[in-house]
Amino acid sequence: MIKQDISKYKHIWVFIEHDNKEIARVSFELLSKARELAKDLGCEVHAFTVGEKVEQFAEEVFKYGAKKFFIIEDPFLKDYITEPYRDSIVYMIEKYKPEIVLIGATTLGRDLAGTIATVLQTGLTADTTGLDIDPKTKNLLMTRPTFGGNLMATIFCPDNRPQMSTSRPGVYKAIEEPVKGEIIREKFKFDKAKYTKKILEKIIEEGEKVNLGFYDIIVSGGFGMGSKENMKLVQELAEVLGGTWAASRKAVQAGWAPQTRQVGQTGQTVHPKIYIACGISGAIQHQAGMKSSEIIIAINKDPDAPIFEIATYGIVGDVLEVLPKMIQMFKEKLGKA
Amino acid sequence: MHFLVFIKQVPDAAQVRVDYETGTLIREGVPAIINPFDKHAIEAAVRLRDQFGGKVSVLCMGPPMAEEALKEAMSMGADDAYLLSDRIFAGSDTLATSYALWAAANHIIKQTGPVDIFFAGKQAIDGDTAQTGPGIATRFNVPLITYVIDIRKVDPEKKTIEVVRLVESGQEVIEAPMPCFLTVEEELNKLSYAPLPYLIRAAKTPVTVLNSKNTEIDPSFCGLKNSPTKVKKAFTPPKRERGEIIEGETLDEILNKLYEKIEPVLKEMGKV
Repeated sequence: MIKQDISKYKHIWVFIEHDNKEIARVSFELLSKARELAKDLGCEVHAFTVGEKVEQFAEEVFKYGAKKFFIIEDPFLKDYITEPYRDSIVYMIEKYKPEIVLIGATTLGRDLAGTIATVLQTGLTADTTGLDIDPKTKNLLMTRPTFGGNLMATIFCPDNRPQMSTSRPGVYKAIEEPVKGEIIREKFKFDKAKYTKKILEKIIEEGEKVNLGFYDIIVSGGFGMGSKENMKLVQELAEVLGGTWAASRKAVQAGWAPQTRQVGQTGQTVHPKIYIACGISGAIQHQAGMKSSEIIIAINKDPDAPIFEIATYGIVGDVLEVLPKMIQMFKEKLGKA
Repeated sequence: MHFLVFIKQVPDAAQVRVDYETGTLIREGVPAIINPFDKHAIEAAVRLRDQFGGKVSVLCMGPPMAEEALKEAMSMGADDAYLLSDRIFAGSDTLATSYALWAAANHIIKQTGPVDIFFAGKQAIDGDTAQTGPGIATRFNVPLITYVIDIRKVDPEKKTIEVVRLVESGQEVIEAPMPCFLTVEEELNKLSYAPLPYLIRAAKTPVTVLNSKNTEIDPSFCGLKNSPTKVKKAFTPPKRERGEIIEGETLDEILNKLYEKIEPVLKEMGKV
């Protein structure tokens, strides 16, 4: 292991994930969390990103308390491709030496973080749900679930910098705290012949991003829904509640929902305020993806279904009878009839 | 063509239970399996080998018992199996693990020739980090393609590959030169049943054991001491108590009771 002179590293850097149009919400969540950590460390929060057109994000980034915004703009960075993003970001990190680098644990963030940390030869903790500063050592303490959420581990990185973490979306609240920030424009010379991977086509599903972590209410359908047609009930209830819909692995495998909406061990992990499991038996693999939800409502005709073991409220009944009534009731109660 | 698949033997996370009194995992009686995503990587490599010829090598880092996982990989059709096993690797984090696997893969390449496609599962179900694959790809300095759900085209002449990967907004079709590194999703393929000749060969073919003595792995990059990240503590999350089944004479009554219970939360969220 290569030990570094860690005293040269200062400030917290938050990666601003974007599609050249919009910033991913997790970046605001991380800026907000980083401000808390910065208070404990007595340092500043800085934002950084690369892309084709990223200076447009400065105002929003400053609104969430970033005192500096480090950017590299280049038409070559129009689409996210691992290697040019990595190399230009590594250049900035090596030049400015932040003490902590936080990246959202999205598909993009997880693709990027591992390769950056390897080039920097530093520690990276994946998919964290808790970040704190050790009051004695001032090290970053990164807490994450493992073994499908059965065990939590707190990880630290004492001798290498930056301390890096990918953090799950939806864990921290995005809270504005505007500051007057400064844009720092950097340039990176790409040896374009070196980058041989390219995107031939982008297939956008449903015209929206399916990041289940953004929603505070998730209505999820399982194999008990019986058909793709019946999944519309799940979608309708989600819409009435202003949330989003998801599915169990069995429902996805049956072709009733896209994989991007799968909750569970091999899908996404979610922790909304309310999770409504419809016709989901609640296999341990499914539970691993949703059992940290604040309120779990389970509807299942089998009173012995394992989902009732963890449900806050259970309704024993046929989803196809319960859901239409439930949709109607919420429409009336929430004034959407 | 030469395909190299990195696999991991993991405890079946779905069967791991928590002992809430001691705050530890109960691993007793939990079967060790090939990480589910890695099986699809093996399957993909075997299919490409059957189509284009060549061979599939499989590499696994772990204790001696991980030989079982490699035997299973051979029963799925892999040709050569390597077990990277040495006490010096104990406590390795993802950076140290990716170093050791990279160094071992280099050793295999020296012995048996260059690799066209490296494969790994998208992540392991015990650690869930999804970092080791990207780490190895970075060390090889080959294009990394994560979350692959389809291999559309492999052109051995032009040395290019066309794959589909999952992203948040949908899918991307990627073209990359070989050698490249793919981490794969479960939807990539359906696992085949192991045909008898594979089973027989798996039983007969020995697993090659690699360690710090018979390779050029530098121990100063391995193990707990040389891992930048360390575990400060491990603990079990609070147990979720069984809640209540809402009962009533009619469905309307049940639903009204449910609404009353969650109304304060809905108000707090600004839904009402």
